[in-house]
Amino acid sequence: MTRYVMTADLNRCVGCQTCTAACKHTNATPPEIQWRKVLDVEMGEFPDVERIFMPVGCQHCADPPCMHVCPSQATAQRDDGIVTIDYDLCIGCGYCMVACPYDARYKVDEARFAYGKKPSLTEALRHDEGRLGVAQKCTFCADRIDEGTAKGLTPGVDPEATPACVNSCIANALQFGDIEDENSNVSELLAENTYFQMHEELGTETGFYYLWNEK
Amino acid sequence: MTISFGSKLQTNWDWRAAFNFMFGGSGSALLLMMAIFAAPQAAPLALALVALVLVGFGLLMVWLEIGRPWRFLHVFFHPQTSWMTREGSVGTVLFPVTIAGALMHSVMLLAFAAVLGFVFLYCQARILKAAAGIPAWREPAIVPLIISTGLVEGTAIAMMFFQGMNSAALWMPGLFTLFIAARLWMWFAYRDALARGKAPAGTLQALTKMHREFIIAGCIVPLLCVLMTFAFELGSWGTFLGGAVALISGWRLKYAIVVKASFKQGYGIGKLRKGRPIIKPPVRRAGDPIQL
Repeated sequence: MTRYVMTADLNRCVGCQTCTAACKHTNATPPEIQWRKVLDVEMGEFPDVERIFMPVGCQHCADPPCMHVCPSQATAQRDDGIVTIDYDLCIGCGYCMVACPYDARYKVDEARFAYGKKPSLTEALRHDEGRLGVAQKCTFCADRIDEGTAKGLTPGVDPEATPACVNSCIANALQFGDIEDENSNVSELLAENTYFQMHEELGTETGFYYLWNEK
Repeated sequence: MTISFGSKLQTNWDWRAAFNFMFGGSGSALLLMMAIFAAPQAAPLALALVALVLVGFGLLMVWLEIGRPWRFLHVFFHPQTSWMTREGSVGTVLFPVTIAGALMHSVMLLAFAAVLGFVFLYCQARILKAAAGIPAWREPAIVPLIISTGLVEGTAIAMMFFQGMNSAALWMPGLFTLFIAARLWMWFAYRDALARGKAPAGTLQALTKMHREFIIAGCIVPLLCVLMTFAFELGSWGTFLGGAVALISGWRLKYAIVVKASFKQGYGIGKLRKGRPIIKPPVRRAGDPIQL
């Protein structure tokens, strides 16, 4: 079995937002829609204050609340754990958006572009009417993974089979791989570091691990 | 150490969704209460129509909210786990059964419609509970609260109707009082549970803001009006006033829960762990859409 997960090393992330830009470029998301975004978090009380940068997005839960509530079966899950949305089935009811504890889903009802009502050449080429009025979110770049694995490449190792945000990360803070494989990069990182899963208490069993070694 | 931050008000479900819970909840509970109030006879057609108009109006509002309204039939695709599918399915059956029962004066059909009405109300409560991203909704205490306020609203409408027809029985205000007391109890239980569960500050503030109004308008005023009317035989004005105030306070309550108190979970930093994690494979439940 394969279970793809992502790890984000909070000690490494510098908050450059390159992953956000790479995701937007790869998935052609409209303005204000960020499937991968980086939070700037300040913690503690003066003078004991810490600042971290925290990449967030769909956590590709093993038990995804969004899938269970979806009335149309548009939200589904692959055997490798990736949670998907069928834009042709989705009715845009927004139930998955209120069911997601990670604020990872978006809905855009009208076409919007970076510079006013008229799309740029690139936006015009990549605009997808099918994504209007329906839920959308991070796909872990499932199409890249599928194309890559079809060529015999390894997700998380070979860039052609790895999500765009991971490829773009300048600090190697984001990593991707198969957690079922004990020798994969993510398995080794999790074995060597302390980590947490967001909102673990909700029992969603996320496919996104935050590595964080407290100083 | 766990830290939570970044909670903000959800805007995906606005007043249109709230209207479904407000009017759909009242209408579905009315189907149940009119059957009880009219027993052993069939409930009047006019009251059945009021119930259906309320439920239908709520569903219409939801339809206006969805991004792809012409795909509405897809809402029936996931009865295995989606409470929205279940609500839609029950709502679809509820209309013909109620209309047929009311037109044919069939006690059996209207009793079936009453059961469907209660199931519809229950589905609404479970829809909110399944919304794991909104602490104010996923709190289990929301289920009895939504059901109890629906029953208050349905009873209020039925009681006003039968009072208007001069056929109100003495036990009707008794039942109304019981439901008001139950709703009050559930309201306190709900707020306590949210406070214990460390719900977002915005949620607690929104509910605190309406607490006094709800106690006065949702409990004290309706009880005083209705009980005084029946105790001192003051005519029907007290029933109408008490019923209307209880009904509107129920709508206000649901509007506040759906629109004002619905702060998102936000983000968080969890408890640090060390060592290779226990890998949980994707959880499979009956009816889960699996993409191979």
